[in-house]
Amino acid sequence: MSLEVMLNAAGLAFVVGGSRWHQADGQVMFLFILTMAAAEVAVGLALVLRIYHRFKSLDADVLSGMRG
Amino acid sequence: MEPAFYIAGGVAVLATLLMLTRLNVVHALLYLIVSLLGVGVVFFVLGAPFAAALEAIVYAGAIMVLFLFVVMMLNIGAHAAETEKQWLTRGVWTGPGVLAGILLIEVAYLGRGSYAALGTAAIAPKEVGIALFGPYLIGVELASMLLLAGLVGAYHLGFHEAEKPEIQHDTDTHEGRADTGGDLVLAGTDRSARTP
Amino acid sequence: MLSWLWLIPALPFASAAVLMLFGARLPRRATAAVGVGSVGLSALVTILVAFSFWSAPPAGDSYTQVLWTWIRVAVFEPQIGLYLDALSLVMILVVTCVGFLIHFYSAEFMMEDPGYSRFFAYMNLFVASMITLLLGNNLLLLLLGWEGVGLCSYLLIGFWYRDPENGLAARKAFIVTRVGDSAMMLALFLLFSGLGTLQIRDLMERASQQWPSGSTYAVAAAFLLLGGAVGKSAQLPLQVWLPDAMAGPTPTSALIHAATMVTAGVYLIARTHVLFSLAPAAQTAVAVVGAATLLLAGFSALTQHDIKRILAYSTVSQIGYMFLALGVGAWQAALFHFLTHAFFKALLFLGAGVIIKSLHEEHSIFRMGGLRREMPVVFWTFLIGGCALAGLPFLTAGFFSKDLIIWETWAAQGGHPALWIAGMAGALLTALYTFRLIFRVFFGPVETPVTNRFGYAMHAPLVILAFLAVVAGYIKEPFLTFLHSALPATIDAGAGGLTETGSEAVAGALFVIGVYFAYLFHLRNRSLADALTASPVGRALHQWWFAGWGFDWIYDKAFVQPFVWMANANKSDFVDAFYTGVARLTEWFYRELSSTQTGRVRWYVTGMAAGAVLFIAMVLAL
Repeated sequence: MSLEVMLNAAGLAFVVGGSRWHQADGQVMFLFILTMAAAEVAVGLALVLRIYHRFKSLDADVLSGMRG
Repeated sequence: MEPAFYIAGGVAVLATLLMLTRLNVVHALLYLIVSLLGVGVVFFVLGAPFAAALEAIVYAGAIMVLFLFVVMMLNIGAHAAETEKQWLTRGVWTGPGVLAGILLIEVAYLGRGSYAALGTAAIAPKEVGIALFGPYLIGVELASMLLLAGLVGAYHLGFHEAEKPEIQHDTDTHEGRADTGGDLVLAGTDRSARTP
Repeated sequence: MLSWLWLIPALPFASAAVLMLFGARLPRRATAAVGVGSVGLSALVTILVAFSFWSAPPAGDSYTQVLWTWIRVAVFEPQIGLYLDALSLVMILVVTCVGFLIHFYSAEFMMEDPGYSRFFAYMNLFVASMITLLLGNNLLLLLLGWEGVGLCSYLLIGFWYRDPENGLAARKAFIVTRVGDSAMMLALFLLFSGLGTLQIRDLMERASQQWPSGSTYAVAAAFLLLGGAVGKSAQLPLQVWLPDAMAGPTPTSALIHAATMVTAGVYLIARTHVLFSLAPAAQTAVAVVGAATLLLAGFSALTQHDIKRILAYSTVSQIGYMFLALGVGAWQAALFHFLTHAFFKALLFLGAGVIIKSLHEEHSIFRMGGLRREMPVVFWTFLIGGCALAGLPFLTAGFFSKDLIIWETWAAQGGHPALWIAGMAGALLTALYTFRLIFRVFFGPVETPVTNRFGYAMHAPLVILAFLAVVAGYIKEPFLTFLHSALPATIDAGAGGLTETGSEAVAGALFVIGVYFAYLFHLRNRSLADALTASPVGRALHQWWFAGWGFDWIYDKAFVQPFVWMANANKSDFVDAFYTGVARLTEWFYRELSSTQTGRVRWYVTGMAAGAVLFIAMVLAL
């Protein structure tokens, strides 16, 4: 969710920039960001489902298999 | 139009803060949706109607709904609220708070300088479309490929999860290896689970 | 004939090499033949060379034979060169001839010892090194011989290495002489840096030309050389090693620690006499050291009960006489005393060896007695040697040489009445301890019976040496004249109030007094001696003198204990701590860094966020 917030914030910056200089490029960038966010959410949530299925918990600290 | 900008901006910031501090996941998601809609209004005020529409439709409409699906599917419930309460203590917020504060200062520092007036001329969707099919054509194609990859990946990751039950394997014995040998994909998934 | 000079050191070197390589495989007779024969041949060559030198003296009264150049570095070009003049000739005659007699004796003495060939290898190596020392024409070659004899001394003192006590004595000898050797090496550095050469003749010439009398260079060099001589000759303050060196086999004690090695210091000072003439302070120091040592050792010898230790302290004392002579400028007298001392001291040691072996390794004179009837040959030769040592007037060589020295302490320019008194007191002490020894060992009831008897191989050298001890005194005048070609004449300051005969009369009287008191305490009424040592003053003095005036104790407290403490304190090696510290620091870093690998996503995200913040800040700052 925080990632969504951050992506949104970046998109906001782009759009504001586009508005400032009266160019469409800001919105174009926003579109791309949106697309990327969608793809990332899909994959990420699929991963979250896998994690939950495996570890029966969504505690990120449980995912410490790379410890050492 | 200016007051609308400030009000919508304030709503967005407030909704985000509320989202961060909620113990119930669904509440947090709903606040996030509110925040996104507020940003959408900001876009509209800034003269980017196309972006505003996209924000509402795709972001708030599709992505957040996806989030809600997953949350409801996992059915975390009251137990998660309890654990969140334990984790989200005051002390936990200091680190991220400090870092975010520094970032805020940096952004403010970057944004200093002359203030231009809010542009009143709106950029019509037509212009955006022309830009998309013009200079940014390759970007569009790449974005579509990205979406395809995301789709396939999500499908693949979700596929095995429902199908095969977990097979307990002792990775030290030879039988364990023989069972999974030859199918690398299966070998990856059928490793014995470390039960939490 | 003179060109055969190089054979004199070469023969013993060769035989030492042969014995070291093949000695274990040779039968006893062959080993003895090689070992004794090489020194014998060397002695023969020496005699021939001496004849040739004496009958037809070469130009400048010296003969140099350069074998090859040893090192060639810029201006530093020492050679392997042999330099023969009267001084070195006399000394190599003594070394080879007395050495031959001692080797001959030890062929039978060491017969049952499993290390037979090793013994002869070391002894030959010693003889070779000593001759190198004596014949070297530059100080570096002399130093080579010096170190060689030090090495052989160590090897031979610790010959029976299985007993750790012997190893201890050997190490003590080596370390103490090392102190002296270091002083000598400093002297060599000083001489080379000051005068640019180490060739002895050139050195002496340049020194007399470039350094004024009393210059700091000369005084420093002379004192350092004195330090070296003091170490090797076991004089004050480095005399502590010689009594303990008696742990070695008796022939070793006879050869090395009586007749030859310990006189290397005397040779060194005589050789560099020009330097000492240029440094009157150093020369006076030589005399003072000699006088102090001869008294100190004399008192110590009076209390010892190990026969070899008595003789060891006696050696220290007699070399003190030689130093005394050198110190007052009586160069030839010192050499004359060296000659006679070599004869009678070697004789005494060899005799002691026979006694010890006959009584089955009995060393204490208080457990010996009445050997006069049991071992007549040994008795008569030992008596002659003892009289020579104590200075029986007119009949023994020791009288002539010792009295010459004592006379010169009065008469010579560097002399002083205090030194004369010291010399006379020393003579009294010498008579006392010598006849204490003789009366205890040869007279009185038999305490330990004689269990072994030996043949002519061990008795013949005794007889020959006894003969020499008597006869050598009569060649005093020709001998001194002969040495004039190498050493300056003694400058007489004009004797006031005493003539040479007067001095001799006093010495003779002291001899009689000494013998009489020894007779009183150790023959007629032995309980008197016990009563004397039992009295409180007597006991304190006895213990103090027995322990060599406490020098061992002083050195132990002053040097050995602090060193051992430092070594213990540094057991963990503080220098190493730096390197282990580096390793430990690295390990600490490793631990800290590996603890960041938590595997937790939140940790990594935090890291990324902090990194991003930092990065942006850096970009902004630029």
